[in-house]
Amino acid sequence: MRVLGFLLLAAATPAAAQTALPPAELANRQLSDPRREAQARALMEEIRCLVCAGQSIADSDADMAGDMRALVRERIAAGESPGKVRDWLIARYGDAVSYDPPWSWRSAPLWIAPLIVLAFGLWLARGLFRRRR
Amino acid sequence: MIAEAGLAALWLAAALCALQLALVAIGMKEGRGDLIAAVRPVAMVQGLLAAASFLILIWLFVRSDMSVELVVANSHSAKPLMYRIAGAWGNHEGSMLMWVTVLAIAGACIAAFERQLTSAMHAATMGAQAFIGLGFYAFLLFASNPFARLSPPAPEGLGLNPLLQDPGLAFHPPTLYIGYVGLSIAFSFAVGALVTGEVGPKFARAMRPWVLIAWIFLTIGITAGSYWAYYELGWGGWWFWDPVENASLMPWLAATALLHSVSVLATRDGLRAWTLMLAVVAFSMSMVGTFLVRSGILTSVHAFAVDPTRGTFILVLLALYIGGALALYGSRVAHVRSGAPFDPVSREGALVANNLLLSVILAIVLIGTLYPLIADGLFSEQLSVGPPYFNATAGPIALLLVAIMAAGPLLRWRSDRLGALGARLRFAVIAGATMALALVILGAEAGVMPFIGLVLAAGVAVASLAPLWGRNLKRTPLFTWGMVIAHLGIAVSLAGMSANAAFTKETLAAARFGDVLEVGPFRVKFMGVRPVAGPNWSALEAELRAVRGGAPMRLLPQARFFASPPTNTNEAAIRTLWDGQLYAVMGARDDDRWQIRLWWKPFVTLIWLGGALIALGGLLSLVGRWRRERAAALRESWL
Repeated sequence: MRVLGFLLLAAATPAAAQTALPPAELANRQLSDPRREAQARALMEEIRCLVCAGQSIADSDADMAGDMRALVRERIAAGESPGKVRDWLIARYGDAVSYDPPWSWRSAPLWIAPLIVLAFGLWLARGLFRRRR
Repeated sequence: MIAEAGLAALWLAAALCALQLALVAIGMKEGRGDLIAAVRPVAMVQGLLAAASFLILIWLFVRSDMSVELVVANSHSAKPLMYRIAGAWGNHEGSMLMWVTVLAIAGACIAAFERQLTSAMHAATMGAQAFIGLGFYAFLLFASNPFARLSPPAPEGLGLNPLLQDPGLAFHPPTLYIGYVGLSIAFSFAVGALVTGEVGPKFARAMRPWVLIAWIFLTIGITAGSYWAYYELGWGGWWFWDPVENASLMPWLAATALLHSVSVLATRDGLRAWTLMLAVVAFSMSMVGTFLVRSGILTSVHAFAVDPTRGTFILVLLALYIGGALALYGSRVAHVRSGAPFDPVSREGALVANNLLLSVILAIVLIGTLYPLIADGLFSEQLSVGPPYFNATAGPIALLLVAIMAAGPLLRWRSDRLGALGARLRFAVIAGATMALALVILGAEAGVMPFIGLVLAAGVAVASLAPLWGRNLKRTPLFTWGMVIAHLGIAVSLAGMSANAAFTKETLAAARFGDVLEVGPFRVKFMGVRPVAGPNWSALEAELRAVRGGAPMRLLPQARFFASPPTNTNEAAIRTLWDGQLYAVMGARDDDRWQIRLWWKPFVTLIWLGGALIALGGLLSLVGRWRRERAAALRESWL
């Protein structure tokens, strides 16, 4: 628990983390349980590094990404489901932290617009075909 | 004086561009053949002047002329020659000058080499090309002058982003830009066709080689860019759905659709309006990509400019050109007669499916890239759209598209039977089933999508070769070979992507000297760390010794430090074996231990090998078509 508190502090103060605190233990170390590590890895690929340009925390050299990786591994190791860890990260850092936009009416166009394009395309294509006798 | 000469050449080129537009406008309106005849030489001289201006900028960078603002901001005299040259386009102004130069040279090429079009159609095309050019000359001259002087001159330059100092990346932008801007030719052809109403097989055959050339360069550019990201960023990823990557993918998707619809138009005189639309969309996507990257609206490694006037300027150009072309399309498309009809089950039907699915993928990429900006602007909502969204939406559609690609070339034009198709696909089905069985028996823990991907790749690889079945291979036309190899490339690439997603092994560790790490089938011993120096960097280099039976392999990943500007980068050590790549990165120091990251990536190389095959297929197709056209022209001249 002390480690967790320390990690929370590290993540909450990224500026300080860059200078004063040593890198978190699990930032660059894998979990011993391969199943949990795979879960953590999959989740890290879907979490955005907030101080980087277009990178997930799974592939960023930034200190803050390392701290967030450690947070994810810590929580997964403690038995939390990836979904819960994601929700916790979203509650903490906002929707922008998740590369998989949470469903809401504001993010709905992302899924609806491709369907509209498909329907429109099918309607256009229909006119191209010859009627069967 | 040299910088001023460059600027003067640029102004002259812009003036000739305006002249070109005026000649076309007046010539076509008043039916003056003499004015139209002047368009070709004017366009060629314009191309030469723009090229001269760009060469002068490169010369300034080579000489490290520190009285030029752009050189000071983006170069350093201690840089190796190659990166001084590449520095000329590794910044906003220089890359826009390259954009305009490629545009002008493309125009000069249509002027010099395009002989198939009627004179009215050719003139209209040149007019459209000049109209696009004018806007971008204005942008360059009024908002992004690359030749601005610095007074007094600086003693030394600030340097180039070390991430960009890589041989792959030095030649990545020119390749992509030839692709992006080459699509302007298709756009201008479409505008010319809308103005004159001449849409048919002849038009399609004239346009196809230009589209092919642009598409080949785009394919090479994207493939090389992906490999660059893979080895340079040091985390083993090869595609990030980063907005800048998407900006290059969107024109490629549109150009791929265009290539296929143009073949329907050339062979069967079908899909006329649709082909024109795709030609407009393809270059529009190039311009949208340029806007996204150049306006600085996306904060990313690639965005050099954070300057709202420039963004607004490009946005206005974008609205003018895309809006104008779409308005022209809307008002004129009714005059384009619809082409020959066909059955749903036919070669045309498969190509329509190709177009439709590529368009939907394009829409997904476009929406996914732009929506965060829209959501931010409309509701001040911060959203991130990334791999989970794109993989979940575009992934299944891409797999469906690949499945249709297996069938398409085996279908007859106009009308065919599903039963006959099934018989032609039997070996492909057997190959796919064998792969599925092998994966299950070996107990491979692939996810759903990688599993489908591997099965599909096996089937499609066989199906893509099927058009050669029972043919005399020596007499098979080169463009058929082109199609076969490009489709095979898709299967190879898909196999690489799926294998990488399914079987990659990762080991992250903090290691002391002498520690042995395991990754996949390898045992990797950490031998030590030593300092090394390069031309403008110093580094710490780890020595790793990897064994998988047989002789040990040495891997030497580096952590590099660049002094100007001060930056740290990781140089991954990658060992390519027949069945994959071993990838090693050295991270930071952690007391007496060093962070070492290791990956074993089975068959990952196939991703880029596939990309290379796709480009090669395009090249064979281009040469094959060119030969056939030339043979046809010779026959005509004999008659």
